[in-house]
Amino acid sequence: MKWLQRHVRPEQVRELSLLLLLVVAVVFFGSLIDGYYTSRTFNRIASSVIIIMVAAVGQTLVVLTRNIDLSVGSLIGCAAYVTGHELGLHPGMHPLVAVLIAMALGAAAGVINGALVTLGRVPSIIVTLGTLAIYRGILVDYSGAKTITTDTLPAWLLNLPQATLATIGNLDLREMVVLALAIVALFQFATTRMNFGRLFYAIGSNPDAAHLVGLPTRRIVFAAFVLSGALAGLAGFMTLARFGTITVDNGRGVELQVVAAVVVGGVNIFGGSGTVVGAMLGAVMIGTLEQSLFRLQINEFWRDALMGLLILLAVASDAVILSRMRALWARTELKLIAKPAPAPASGGAQR
Amino acid sequence: MRLLARLRGWEGLLLVLLVAIVAMNVTRSPYYLGVENIVNLFQLEIEKIIVALTMTLLIINGEIDLSVASIMGLAACVMAWLFRHGAPMPWALLGGLAAGGAAGAFNGFWVAYVGLPSLAVTLAGLIGYRGVARILVEDRSYGGYPAWFDAIGQQPQLGPVTVSIAVFAVLFAIVAVILHDSGFGRIVYVMGNNLQAARYSGVRIKPAKLSLFVASGLNAALAGLLYAARLGSVRGDLAQGFELDIITIVLLGGVSIFGGSGNLVGVGLSILVILNLRNGMGLADITGNTQTSVIGALLILSVLIPNIAQTVRSNWKGRET
Repeated sequence: MKWLQRHVRPEQVRELSLLLLLVVAVVFFGSLIDGYYTSRTFNRIASSVIIIMVAAVGQTLVVLTRNIDLSVGSLIGCAAYVTGHELGLHPGMHPLVAVLIAMALGAAAGVINGALVTLGRVPSIIVTLGTLAIYRGILVDYSGAKTITTDTLPAWLLNLPQATLATIGNLDLREMVVLALAIVALFQFATTRMNFGRLFYAIGSNPDAAHLVGLPTRRIVFAAFVLSGALAGLAGFMTLARFGTITVDNGRGVELQVVAAVVVGGVNIFGGSGTVVGAMLGAVMIGTLEQSLFRLQINEFWRDALMGLLILLAVASDAVILSRMRALWARTELKLIAKPAPAPASGGAQR
Repeated sequence: MRLLARLRGWEGLLLVLLVAIVAMNVTRSPYYLGVENIVNLFQLEIEKIIVALTMTLLIINGEIDLSVASIMGLAACVMAWLFRHGAPMPWALLGGLAAGGAAGAFNGFWVAYVGLPSLAVTLAGLIGYRGVARILVEDRSYGGYPAWFDAIGQQPQLGPVTVSIAVFAVLFAIVAVILHDSGFGRIVYVMGNNLQAARYSGVRIKPAKLSLFVASGLNAALAGLLYAARLGSVRGDLAQGFELDIITIVLLGGVSIFGGSGNLVGVGLSILVILNLRNGMGLADITGNTQTSVIGALLILSVLIPNIAQTVRSNWKGRET
């Protein structure tokens, strides 16, 4: 027990159990669907998951600071549409420029969200509920309700979802999947190993204390919104590449899936705990359920009901089991640090 | 005196805004203040403003219910499913209401008795209840209800007024009395202000929270059934996405998202502002999406402007002393 407590953090138990659940789900679907264990299934799930995954990384940063970004769905739609529109006008555009346009657009919207939250002191749920509507409205006006179609887009973009970086056995590793995983790895490293990243946790666990000890609370929250916007922009670019046809309604309601992925992944909705990898697993879990139930045809309508149950399960297990584990961990840690002093260990479970 | 004090705050701003909007609309259309237009004005968003009443209670209590629109859909789909499978209409309606109450109780159980954050629980509800509704009706559309049911939603039954508007008026009065004139109302505020203090003062927190969520579920179900009557048919995506508009109405009314403050006068004014603004923009040929943007901007400004005013005021004070 001591060894376990010293080497495994409660969050890791959380991630491992989610991974286990994922394996169980895959085995379950594998027994029901013929030809489930093929590279086609993997590719189908991967190409749908990465969009939610990238946006969920940004959302995790925001949620860690005890805020929420509900505008990501509209941002994904805006970025996908505007980038598609620009590519239609300038077909010779360099691919990197197109990605930059999408991310810059998202980041600019993130700047607005972040400024209203930090400088305007408006609660983030209000700001992003408002900008969710505003960004969508601007998009509809800007586009004149026209649709981006595949025939206006350059060939490299349409082939991008099939572009393969490496092949292991008959498993293709798509470029966009590798990009999404790289982003997860980058932010996981930044939030666990870098000072800058730890600030997100410090601010989320106790904003007042963080402010009092002189941490740059405002700047970090602002950065979280800008990064969330930029990553939503990238998710928009991925949406454009995947579908090719973009209506002004594109991305509507995606914010709920993104928040769901983050919550299923064990990120506390009140900030301060959870990891980027957890959010990634949450996105994979939701994507696997969605795509697999879709293949089961008859039970397609069960998808949302199961997803709701999954979120509830994730949150309930977090509150009931993990908070107790954390309290247990904290108590042993106190004993290890200060043996003689009888440390009051109560209140550790409260949040 | 109390009224005057209130008018200097947020409610006063809303009132000025309302007068300006109505004045502008009246100059645009001579029929604007006719009874027919006013009934129509309410009728177009009536289900949302009905649900906003219980949402006000929940947000003042420091909680939130994101699942209301899904409960509206669930109640309508349960009703449609029961009716399709041979239940008489009154029983089908009761079944829909019961489903809403059960969904609310389910939310309330996890929030009040297990202590989970309502934002997460009702997000699960938002997705899950919609899923149950979809399981019941799949991708079909169920119509063909008795004529009296369709008439409730589509024709004025009480003079020029429809049943939905009468329901709203009665519920508004009931919620006003509960919130501002009853012991339970004080408990709702106290819990929203300081849950720990409420607990140590002997307030029975858990049943109180549970009953608020059940009320929210029942009310959403009622609104969903009224919406089904207005549409005349039920689909799985009935009322999808309404939760954002409903929450916007409440927050624009000056209710704090952190709980503990706000009142029904503000929410009533906010309802009138939004209805008149939408109607006025409709008269000026502004599309639905732009209308939603304007209301989104109004929502942000409703918190931003008082914040800026406060900063400016404290800066002035700093200069004087």
